[in-house]
Amino acid sequence: MGLRNFLDKIKPNFEEGGKLHAFHSVYDGFETFLYTPRTTSSATGAVHIHDSIDAKRTMIIVVMALMPCFIFGMYNTGYQHWLALGAQEFPFFSLLWYGFLTILPRVLVAYVVGLGIEFAFAQWRKEEIQEGFLVTGILVPMICPAEVPLWMLAVAVAFAVVFAKEVFGGTGYNVLNIALVTRAFLFFAYPAQMSGDKVYVASGTPFGYGTALPDGFAGATPLGQIATQTSSDITLTGIDGHVIDTWQAFLGLIPGSFGETSTLCILIGAVILLATGIASWRIILSVIAGGLAMGWIANVFASPLYPASFIPAYDQLLLGGFAFAAVFMATDPVTAARTNTGKYIYGFLIGAIAIIIRTYNNGYPEGAMLAVLLMNCFAPLIDYCVVQANIRRRLNRAKTKTVNE
Amino acid sequence: MSNKSVFFNPFSKNNPVIVQILGICSVLAVTVKLEPAIVMSLSVIAVLAFSNVIISLIRNTIPTNIRIIVQLVVVAGLVVIVSQLLEAYAYDVSKQLSVFIGLIITNCILMGRLEAFAMANKPWPSFLDGVGNGIGYAIILVIVGFFRELLGSGTLLGYQVVPDCFYEAGYVNNGLMILPPMALVTVACIIWVHRSFNRDLQEK
Repeated sequence: MGLRNFLDKIKPNFEEGGKLHAFHSVYDGFETFLYTPRTTSSATGAVHIHDSIDAKRTMIIVVMALMPCFIFGMYNTGYQHWLALGAQEFPFFSLLWYGFLTILPRVLVAYVVGLGIEFAFAQWRKEEIQEGFLVTGILVPMICPAEVPLWMLAVAVAFAVVFAKEVFGGTGYNVLNIALVTRAFLFFAYPAQMSGDKVYVASGTPFGYGTALPDGFAGATPLGQIATQTSSDITLTGIDGHVIDTWQAFLGLIPGSFGETSTLCILIGAVILLATGIASWRIILSVIAGGLAMGWIANVFASPLYPASFIPAYDQLLLGGFAFAAVFMATDPVTAARTNTGKYIYGFLIGAIAIIIRTYNNGYPEGAMLAVLLMNCFAPLIDYCVVQANIRRRLNRAKTKTVNE
Repeated sequence: MSNKSVFFNPFSKNNPVIVQILGICSVLAVTVKLEPAIVMSLSVIAVLAFSNVIISLIRNTIPTNIRIIVQLVVVAGLVVIVSQLLEAYAYDVSKQLSVFIGLIITNCILMGRLEAFAMANKPWPSFLDGVGNGIGYAIILVIVGFFRELLGSGTLLGYQVVPDCFYEAGYVNNGLMILPPMALVTVACIIWVHRSFNRDLQEK
């Protein structure tokens, strides 16, 4: 309990009159982050019963659920790099180390910028720090290409935290998912660095490690390849030319954004989230149902105008960011629908719209991000309608009952 | 109200765009570049000033129940004149502004000023009110246009201002700045700064 003692020792500095009082919200943030607060609000004299799963503990669990995807992302970043070099051997730890070095600066930048802004706002408003950024900070690098330029990431994170979160009142009040706003900002502001076939294979030498790829190396993601296909016979190839089958798409050894390629690891994360009761199974299930339904409809009415309509529905779920969005983005409790019926509608529409955008808009090879953001906007409306319908039904029931009597 | 406050109030305390939230559509539409924003501002100032004067001159003869139609006719006439002048002397800019010069007719600031001021005041104060509100609109338009062109295209009035060495170091123009959403965000930022300096304007 050395840490606890240390915290207690330095605490007086941050209390009223202490010399570091200006930073008391920072101290408070770290203390409650490291230890569940023992105090309950006694101001009202009421008795509160609460378990130890508060917002900070919830977030830690989400971060842990993201870890399989993150570690796989590190491996895959290295794997694609080695593949692009034309290597015959794939030394496991070298691949992992290369991916780690590539992603480390992105994670640091996302956290430093995001938490910095959040701490500043908390201090300014004289509120305690809400570590809503704990999850966002790890999500952001995972849904971007591994080599997104650091300054762009910093600008996008700052934009998202200020305009999508703090102006609405901070953690828990945002309408849109912060990580997706960051990605949407990057996508629309810097399309050359966020889409196309040049960005999804790490080509640099992070901290001098690895071998640089030649300039302009092209390795398209499966969805990127599909968007430019013209025939009905779609063959997806890896960056070295080997054919990608469904099993490989499931495992995730394909080019793509850092953490979203492996459906297997996303499933592991989903199991953790569902077992701990943090994510809603209703949303995850209905997103998948929506995606399958729309993918099936698109496949039945397949047309060469829309090449993505030729891939079977189950492949739609494995490619791109669909699975990641279903498990980690759509289930964000702040921005999702809150009523149970609403969750089904919300999830189903996310799945369906993601496939609609992906299939019928050849300009956007991937639609999961836009679908979740769109439905974030509609979630309050869905909830309102569900609640009103419930009220009407009960009123009607009461009316018929009194009439019958 | 003194003539002085009639003229200067719309600059800040009673700004048509950021306090009354009027004319937002054109702020989104014409501020991708600074030059069309300036031309648009001048057009609105001219139309607003002269329509205010004309309506103020004939205000006692307009039957109340058709006053909106009369106002629209006056504004439409002036807008056509401005549009023809631009096509004659500044063809490129008028091409860029396309329909938005014509749409000055529907700019809420115009109808607002005619109804709220010109219908009840003498020509000279009406003229000052028109110019003042036009300038209030122009200030916002130019600020938004400045930031959108600087960050979105790296130029100002068509001249490159972001040095080449920035681009070589990896700087990239922000494509989102060229899209309308960022105009809204920019206006929001102006309102944010403005309200934090004018606490009496803050809504509870």
